Amino acid sequence: MELHELSLTQAVDLLAKGEVSSLEMTQALIKRIEDTEPQVKAYLTLTGEAALLEAKAADQARAAGQAGPLCGVPAGLKDVLCTAGVRTTCGSKILENFVPPFDAFLVKKLKEAGMVLLGKHNMDEFAMGSSTENSGFEPSHNPWDLAAIPGGSSGGTAASVAAGSSLFSVGTDTGGSIRQPASHCGVVGLKPTYGRVSRFGLVAFASSLDQAGPITRSVADAALVLSVIAGHDPADSTSTSRPVPDYAASLGRGVKGLKLGVPKEFFVQGLDPEVEATVKAAMAELISQGAELVEVSLPHTEYALPVYYIIAPAEASSNLARYDGVKYGLSVRAEGAGLMDMYLDTRSRGFGPEVIRRVMLGTYALSAGYYDAYYGKAGQVRTLIRRDFEAAFEKVDAIVGPVTPTPAFDIGQKVDDPLQMYLSDVFTLSTNLAGLPGMSIPAGFSKAGRPIGLQIIGPHFAEETLFAVGHAYEQATDHHLRRPPL
Amino acid sequence: MKISASEVAHVAALARLRLSDEMSAKLTEQLNDILTAMDKLAELNTSGVPSTNHALELSGAMRPDHAKESLDHERALANAPDSDGQSFIVPKVI
Repeated sequence: MELHELSLTQAVDLLAKGEVSSLEMTQALIKRIEDTEPQVKAYLTLTGEAALLEAKAADQARAAGQAGPLCGVPAGLKDVLCTAGVRTTCGSKILENFVPPFDAFLVKKLKEAGMVLLGKHNMDEFAMGSSTENSGFEPSHNPWDLAAIPGGSSGGTAASVAAGSSLFSVGTDTGGSIRQPASHCGVVGLKPTYGRVSRFGLVAFASSLDQAGPITRSVADAALVLSVIAGHDPADSTSTSRPVPDYAASLGRGVKGLKLGVPKEFFVQGLDPEVEATVKAAMAELISQGAELVEVSLPHTEYALPVYYIIAPAEASSNLARYDGVKYGLSVRAEGAGLMDMYLDTRSRGFGPEVIRRVMLGTYALSAGYYDAYYGKAGQVRTLIRRDFEAAFEKVDAIVGPVTPTPAFDIGQKVDDPLQMYLSDVFTLSTNLAGLPGMSIPAGFSKAGRPIGLQIIGPHFAEETLFAVGHAYEQATDHHLRRPPL
Repeated sequence: MKISASEVAHVAALARLRLSDEMSAKLTEQLNDILTAMDKLAELNTSGVPSTNHALELSGAMRPDHAKESLDHERALANAPDSDGQSFIVPKVI
């Protein structure tokens, strides 16, 4: 097996046994990046030279008996995460030359654990999108089929993990941005419970919904990454001070005796027949291992989309007010122009069309005369959506269903129809609104060879249940072991 | 029409965005489509339902008020479009 084909846990094992050095592994990954980037375009920034130095330092640390849990493992990160001294664009022209003076909390944790940074992954601008076509730079391509989108907004990240140009990674998920691209690229993607991972240094989109989490090649890999990045951070008052469980210990629990809910609202018109068949086959496998499947109802599912597209743009319009051309980022200052002109010109030139659309939508929803009808109403319906899940979790341990209505669509197919694009996230949005953990795991492929994922949703802080279900499924299947033909 | 061209212009001004005529026209059409889809929420009777602004029950987080190390001038101004080494410089306000 080539080094770039390893799962994270396999790589960690080889490094620990001394069978391969971090330098060798990092060189192999850099070679893989050179081989795949012309087609996949997963990275916006490469830090190869610094990575080789970090790899040498990791090998020295290991020799000195100071190896952290990710010591010497090379990986890229979604470009929404601030990296000290390394350009962080968030996929936007407005931050094209922004070099953060600090690391995001979770980046600091990954570095302390020994990660070697290979570069920064492409994404939809400010994480707004489902295909990476909203990147301010260029779209990424799906490694399984270069004509297809990799999903979004963590599209570059999922594509890179699938292509083997990163041994694991961390993305962010505001309405599905980890799970949807993971599903489309045939990798594992976990959105943890809101508050499980600090948001400090994560460029804000919608602060009550944003959450960072692992994108990996196996459930065990995701458990390892979460154990490194989870934990309380005094700099993020919404990060939880609950202790971080031993996630690896949850992997072997199995599904025997677990009650898994199947929401009837997830199996409706518009669900692609191949996706439905794949998800039902995965459920049959879980039943064969001793899980009990129970039909549940999440009656407000159809309202999640309008609620999300009021709340997320409203929060975004406020968060993105900081891009004003004063302290960092693009600043357009015409000769003799005043302050207001600088604001208007900087923002209009720096933001792409989808970001402008959402800032407009959010500003409108919060503006005088419309607040109650939009933002106020959306907050109330958000309560109803949260209560749906609370009622379901009184009966079941976790919920299983599709991640996306269809396999990955073609690049360009939905780019002129924002409402159609928004529908890609119809099964993932509600977990963010309710703050729940959700995970996508590889469950099969369409006839055209595009990956299809299974979504597992749990109650707050039930990541261990998701790992138990996902790992049990993986032990009986080989979808997660397949690698794209690149 | 959910939102008129003049409302789009007003919202753009609030959001500090300068829109071309072409972009304004396209946005008016797209925002109308999106806002029409939002009308679905009106189907639900939500009287008496409290609003959720955060999915988890969070109370105010308190911490001791200690001074901590912060960014020095050099690092804080490193990304500044214009500065004199002490302050950010902006165009004339008045």
